[in-house]
Amino acid sequence: MSATFQPLTQRSRVVSDKKMTFLERIYLPAILKGMSITLKHFFFVKKVSLRYPEVEKPRSAIYRGHHVLKRDDQGRERCTACGLCAVACPAEAITMIAGERKKGEESVYREEKYATVYEINMLRCIFCGDCEDACPKEAIFLTDRIVEADYLRKPFVFGKNELVEPMEKSKRIDVSKRQTPDVLKFKEQRQYSHNR
Amino acid sequence: MLYTFIFLSVLLLITLGVAAYETYAERKVAAFMQDRIGPDRAGPFGLFQPLADGVKMFMKEDFVPSTANKKLYFMGPAIAMTTALLTGVVIPWGGTLHFGGEAYSLQGADPGIGILYIFAMVSIGVYGIMLGGWASNNKYALYGAIRAASQMVSYELAMGMSIVALVMTTGTLSLSGIVNGQLDGTWNVFVQPLGVLLFITCAFAECNRAPFDLPECETELVGGYHTEFSSMKLGFYLFAEYVNMFISSAVISSLYFGGYDIPFVDQTGMASNLVVILGTLAFFAKVCFFIFLFMWIRWTLPRFRYDQLMNLGWKKLIPLAILNILITGGYMVFNGQVKL
Repeated sequence: MSATFQPLTQRSRVVSDKKMTFLERIYLPAILKGMSITLKHFFFVKKVSLRYPEVEKPRSAIYRGHHVLKRDDQGRERCTACGLCAVACPAEAITMIAGERKKGEESVYREEKYATVYEINMLRCIFCGDCEDACPKEAIFLTDRIVEADYLRKPFVFGKNELVEPMEKSKRIDVSKRQTPDVLKFKEQRQYSHNR
Repeated sequence: MLYTFIFLSVLLLITLGVAAYETYAERKVAAFMQDRIGPDRAGPFGLFQPLADGVKMFMKEDFVPSTANKKLYFMGPAIAMTTALLTGVVIPWGGTLHFGGEAYSLQGADPGIGILYIFAMVSIGVYGIMLGGWASNNKYALYGAIRAASQMVSYELAMGMSIVALVMTTGTLSLSGIVNGQLDGTWNVFVQPLGVLLFITCAFAECNRAPFDLPECETELVGGYHTEFSSMKLGFYLFAEYVNMFISSAVISSLYFGGYDIPFVDQTGMASNLVVILGTLAFFAKVCFFIFLFMWIRWTLPRFRYDQLMNLGWKKLIPLAILNILITGGYMVFNGQVKL
């Protein structure tokens, strides 16, 4: 049985190699038509370029970029170095070294155990947000900040300096946009161990 | 004598300056026609871009292939640049200024055979490309050079014949003579409409500009005749192309579009020096338009295939040019301008 091809759209055209008319052969009308099109673009069509560092392309409110390690209301680091984010990370970009909180550090670290070193390799990170999902302490979030370009590889291993948000209330990084109503509702369900 | 020296020095600087800003304009025009913005980082609106490009060119490694023919390899870009700059001498950039009883002509030299001089220089310019391409000892460069040579030779024929018809009507080979003949407002474009079309088409081919840019056809020949060139030698080739474009625009304007003539300016009764200066400005405006036309065409039309190029040159343009000569001659005989 021979298959007959059905046109899938109305766009298919019959190709013909009919003789060109005189006007088509002298090519000038076609040239003028083309020139009028380019001239129209030259003068009237809005330019699509964005002057990047000054103007940024609008990003989604829940854009997944540069991570942040959150502090709590009293300015203590929330991270307890449980390592769930590192386990969850499909790209194995996260690594950390846990340390024990000393006496007098209660105002710096919320939990008894904290991350002395916390590094994310931004060249490996695929910005999936699984670390955020895995975190039981609401410590790590992805934000709508862009990871900036650099000439070397080394600066892309972000340590706590780059990741932990500043102490000052005014400079805190807002992640409320990432916490959609669904997420908040889920986190209220205390029967799940990681929500406690 | 001193005046001529100063005039030519200024002309050289202007030519180089215009060529430099043509590179900027080219990128801007290309960008705008493609709905982009183009270079805008170096200085206001990117106006210092040519400077940055020039510095970049100088800073690049000046590489000479070990198998290249050294002498010819050096001569190629030099010839291309020199011949490109030499053509500007005979173009009448304006009328004659009068200060304190002295006459200062805005034309470097006025030989009786101005057009032939330009043609001679353009023909020598082919050597720059051919020598450079051959001396590189690279097959793509050689292909580019061969294409350039055959293309320029083919289109020079049609170009020369389109000029013959013009010379018949104007009765002179001197560029200033031809421009003076148009000062009454009868620009040659109205006398020779077909000739204009032929001449402009051939000028595009002579400048190796799109849609006739086969000698440096990137998609087929890497970089064409300048594949093996780097640093300022490459810069000279690219720059020579832009100088040629400037000079071609000037030639087109003065041969067919009235040169420094502004229609009806002689009826306003302005001082003659003012008229001359305005005329020069008008000339530059015309030149700018044709430079824009060069770019406009380049960013509109796709490149011809090589056989199409040759077909157009030999089977279309040359017969048309001959037909143009015949029609012009027939009209002149019929009108009684010449007696058989």
